[in-house]
Amino acid sequence: MSFLHLDGLVKKFGDFVAVERMDLEVEKGEFVSLLGPSGCGKTTTLQMIAGFVTPTQGSIHINGQDITDIKPSKRNLGIVFQSYALFQHMSVFDNVAFGLEMRNIDKAEREERVRETLSLVHLGDFAHRFPRELSGGQQQRVALARALVIQPEVLLLDEPLSALDAKIREDMQIELRAIQRTLGTTTILVTHDQSEAMAMSDRIAVMNKGKLAQVDRPYIAYEHPGDSFVTEFLGKSNVFHGGLKDISDGTSMVDVNGVEFLAHTTKFPLDTNVDVSIRPEKVRLVETGKGRLEGTIKARIFLGTHWVFQIDTRIGEMVVVSQNTGQQDVEEGNNTGLDWSPEEVRMLLRETG
Amino acid sequence: MAQARENNIEIRPYLLSTPAMALYVGMFLIPLIMTLMLSFYSYDMTKGGIIEEFTLANYTEVVTDSYFHGIFLRTLSMSVLVTVFCVLLGTPEAYILHRMSSPWKSICMLAILGPLLVSVVVRTLGWAILIGSKGVINQSLMAIGLIDQPIKLMFTTTGVVIALVHVLIPFMVLSVWASLQKLDPQVESAGQSLGASPFTVLRRIVIPEIMPGILSGSVIVFALTASAFATPSILGGRRLKVVATTAYDEYLGSLNWPLGAAIAVLLLIANIIIIMSYNKFIERKYAQAFK
Repeated sequence: MSFLHLDGLVKKFGDFVAVERMDLEVEKGEFVSLLGPSGCGKTTTLQMIAGFVTPTQGSIHINGQDITDIKPSKRNLGIVFQSYALFQHMSVFDNVAFGLEMRNIDKAEREERVRETLSLVHLGDFAHRFPRELSGGQQQRVALARALVIQPEVLLLDEPLSALDAKIREDMQIELRAIQRTLGTTTILVTHDQSEAMAMSDRIAVMNKGKLAQVDRPYIAYEHPGDSFVTEFLGKSNVFHGGLKDISDGTSMVDVNGVEFLAHTTKFPLDTNVDVSIRPEKVRLVETGKGRLEGTIKARIFLGTHWVFQIDTRIGEMVVVSQNTGQQDVEEGNNTGLDWSPEEVRMLLRETG
Repeated sequence: MAQARENNIEIRPYLLSTPAMALYVGMFLIPLIMTLMLSFYSYDMTKGGIIEEFTLANYTEVVTDSYFHGIFLRTLSMSVLVTVFCVLLGTPEAYILHRMSSPWKSICMLAILGPLLVSVVVRTLGWAILIGSKGVINQSLMAIGLIDQPIKLMFTTTGVVIALVHVLIPFMVLSVWASLQKLDPQVESAGQSLGASPFTVLRRIVIPEIMPGILSGSVIVFALTASAFATPSILGGRRLKVVATTAYDEYLGSLNWPLGAAIAVLLLIANIIIIMSYNKFIERKYAQAFK
């Protein structure tokens, strides 16, 4: 049995179903992100694990023990809150020591463990400061130290980086991941930021409307999304509605308004309404007439490491990302050919409604 | 041109605050200075009333006479009692209110603040009807046989304290409420996740964090009780005198305005000293929470 096990978890608020039959298994030491748009039930799920929300149905097991009915204070989980929720009237040291004090750990050991944890988050010199005297990033580290010092069974992170500046956020992502690896603490991160989830997690659990849409390693989820929701939520994609016309030799032919897309899969029967999707970075700009599709460059955006092109085609707008190779040979208004290899085309069942 | 604009900018704030300043000076500062001057004059009925000569006699009288000591001590103990009860009742009240969900939150808030819309005199008369020896409370208690004799509440310190707590508790609730609004709602969850019981969370986290609100609320309640007039005069009657009613009696009863002024000035000074040293004390103790 896995270390953390959510079994058929349901949460209803009146008629509203916030979380619908959630099953998730997390291994010891694993870092799993619950990713989804706001209102998808990810925070409610975290709150149920933490014990602040009682599940309507289902159970939660940690290390084989059923904790569904155990009080939050007895679960031994470390939680980092979105607002950090530091105790403003206590020094950094007292904030971190609070959990140990509640566990009746004697003063000498308490002091040692607080010092250790504070130096782990590089706040060794800040023990006697108060939260108000620290920057957002430093407060974040205090919150992390406070959650880690109690050596929790599971570390729960509730959008912990959303209040930080982009630059600090990236640094903290790397650092948080490194600390998690060092300590080997099983971690659940709730976030709506797909790049954060991909950068930090062993596995991503994408949630939509209270349900798990897909649980996979970041690379797999990105390259082989299970449905159009995951496709569009994880990164950007060009999605077109089409009809499945022909199946042969392990490939399917999808017709999108007269343009044929060949996909290397045969998972749906003929005449199914499907979506085809292709990632912007998988499309190449080629000379006119040499590609699979023609288009006109509507806009061109320079982002340093790469260019983003918006291209008008007869099947709709297509976004293409190409690396900045130091050359600038395409201008806005130019006609261009578009090409891609069939391996990169993903075929998904069209969501109805 | 540039100079003119600069001048404009300098004058404008003063011009804008002139009406408020005029009101403040005319309605507060001048009467206060006049009262201060009056307190150094003497009074002699045989020589035609107030004599405009400097004397410390009024102050010596108040400071040395045990009659006035009693009144000042009673006022002080009443203020302390009312403040303590307002803290003990108002803080939980504000906390419960804070945790309520709408629409009950707004309804209960209205119930707590509603009395502020009614004149203190009317509210106090209401208490007189309730606690009098022939009042509603005594009549009902006797009717159900819990007591044989009416409980004496009218014209007692207990009665005045009960009514003052009722009159002043909204200030305490509002003050604590304001602190609670600033409290991060996740702080309580954080405390619990670290292993603290709900009671420990209250004691170790919530109360220290809302301490500034409790303390500023108690300063307001203390100051208002110390200078309260209507409630002690109606429920306390002529015998149970406090400083404010004594000053009133000197002015309008004995017509000894200078003595009344001296009493008023001493009350003001005592209030200022107590409140300022209290502030100093709490600012030191809760330096972090105040930043």
